[in-house]
Amino acid sequence: MIDTLIQGLLLGGLYALFALGLSLMFGVMRLTNTAQGDFIVLSAFAAIAIAPLVAMQPVAVAALLLPLAFGFGYALQRWVLNGTLGRDPLPSLVVTFGLSIVIQNMLLEVFSADPRSLDSGGFNTRSIGIGDGLAVGALPLAIFGVALLCTLALQSLFDHTKVGRAFRAVSDDREIAELMGLDAHKVYALATALAFIVIALAGSLQAMRTTVAPSDGPLLLLFAFEAVIIGGMGSFWGTFAGAMVLGLAQQIGFRLDPGWGIWFGHLVFLAVLVVRPQGLFPRTRT
Amino acid sequence: MSVTLVETHGLTAHYGDAQALFGIDFRLEAGEVVAIIGANGAGKSTFLKALTGLVRCARDAVRFRGQPVGSVAPGSIVRMGLAMVPEGRRLFPSLSVEENLLMGAFARRPGPWHLQRLFKLFPILEEKRCSPATSLSGGQQQMVAIGRALMGNPEVLLCDELSLGLAPIVIKEIYEAMPAFTSEGMSLVIVEQDVSVAQRVSQRMMCFQEGRVSLEGASNALTREQIGRAYFGV
Repeated sequence: MIDTLIQGLLLGGLYALFALGLSLMFGVMRLTNTAQGDFIVLSAFAAIAIAPLVAMQPVAVAALLLPLAFGFGYALQRWVLNGTLGRDPLPSLVVTFGLSIVIQNMLLEVFSADPRSLDSGGFNTRSIGIGDGLAVGALPLAIFGVALLCTLALQSLFDHTKVGRAFRAVSDDREIAELMGLDAHKVYALATALAFIVIALAGSLQAMRTTVAPSDGPLLLLFAFEAVIIGGMGSFWGTFAGAMVLGLAQQIGFRLDPGWGIWFGHLVFLAVLVVRPQGLFPRTRT
Repeated sequence: MSVTLVETHGLTAHYGDAQALFGIDFRLEAGEVVAIIGANGAGKSTFLKALTGLVRCARDAVRFRGQPVGSVAPGSIVRMGLAMVPEGRRLFPSLSVEENLLMGAFARRPGPWHLQRLFKLFPILEEKRCSPATSLSGGQQQMVAIGRALMGNPEVLLCDELSLGLAPIVIKEIYEAMPAFTSEGMSLVIVEQDVSVAQRVSQRMMCFQEGRVSLEGASNALTREQIGRAYFGV
């Protein structure tokens, strides 16, 4: 029982990493990135491609991949997605949906349909005993730690820094924020750049933990989406909590029957939508 | 000779498909307080929005210190020294009082206004600096909106319906704070529904009617009858 709960929370950590970028982009500019999962897979393949160039050193991979992801996110928002924003949410949905298809097919073309993974030098099979005959995987624990750090970092950035104030201001009232001298397009680009840092972390860790294939994206998007909706879009901690709930639900489902895990996650997601459609931690703004 | 800060010449502007302004000629000299009155839909707010770049218009139609600024991005205009207190206050609901005020200083124009000075002018804001801006009363929110604009250290402050939805005693309190910034040479354009307030605080008045200027003159020289005719167009 305790084992199931621990495994559920650790799985939730992974889902939090999947979901934070989505939550960030939606929070700042009401943009639903339906290519979120595919960008995670894309960055996983980018990490797999970069790793042999730097002798499989994880730190070196991160040092190359993260700035690349930041720049990619910034450019994507500045020159592609900004043009889709407006009162109508449809253009951004259509464009990110299109990007999703483009990325899947491009990955298929370049890397073939074979599942691949990122070699972590044995880290993915190491485990740490926590007494009572229980052990947790070192990698899932590390993923949980990274998710916790990302959530903490994003939430503090939003609550306590000048950049965070700018994010909240453009989210509240773009016109007035521009009247104060903000360039909303640059603020949006910065938000997406940050989201892509988390996406790159999520992709690399997912590729270490398991295998990735070009067609994985939509399922990852679904988990990210469920975590954000369960959490309630109020804060990054809400998204984190939503991811925990989803991870626990799936793990309990797996325990009951190996085929029930993902289905159980969907059930809890639907139950939240019915009972508490605003999510567990909605925005408490008046 | 005084300096002309803001000038419009034959300014026309549209709001959606409808034309809202039909050739407005306007001048604001340094240190002047000009009030714009008029019925709902007369184009007063659209006029202010055209000055700040929120409504598109011809480049040459609006000049700030002689430079054409029509349709220039609002951010660039605020850096030149033109700030607005928007209609309905429009505070950022997820920002605290202090954070709202700091947003006003985003453009980093140097000048006499900073947080401490604002807190002296409106002491209640210091007390509530950490509260969410929208939890304040209407009058206090209006103080935040004015403070936010002042934090940008503008040369010209545009105020859109400061008295909207406020009790007379609160309106009086807010207008009493005005000399604190006009005495240092800041110029004001005030859009007001309340004609007597507009007449009391301004040196010059303009009345808008259906997107045109129907009356213009020194505030203390205009009679109630003249204003009434210009206001209702009868």
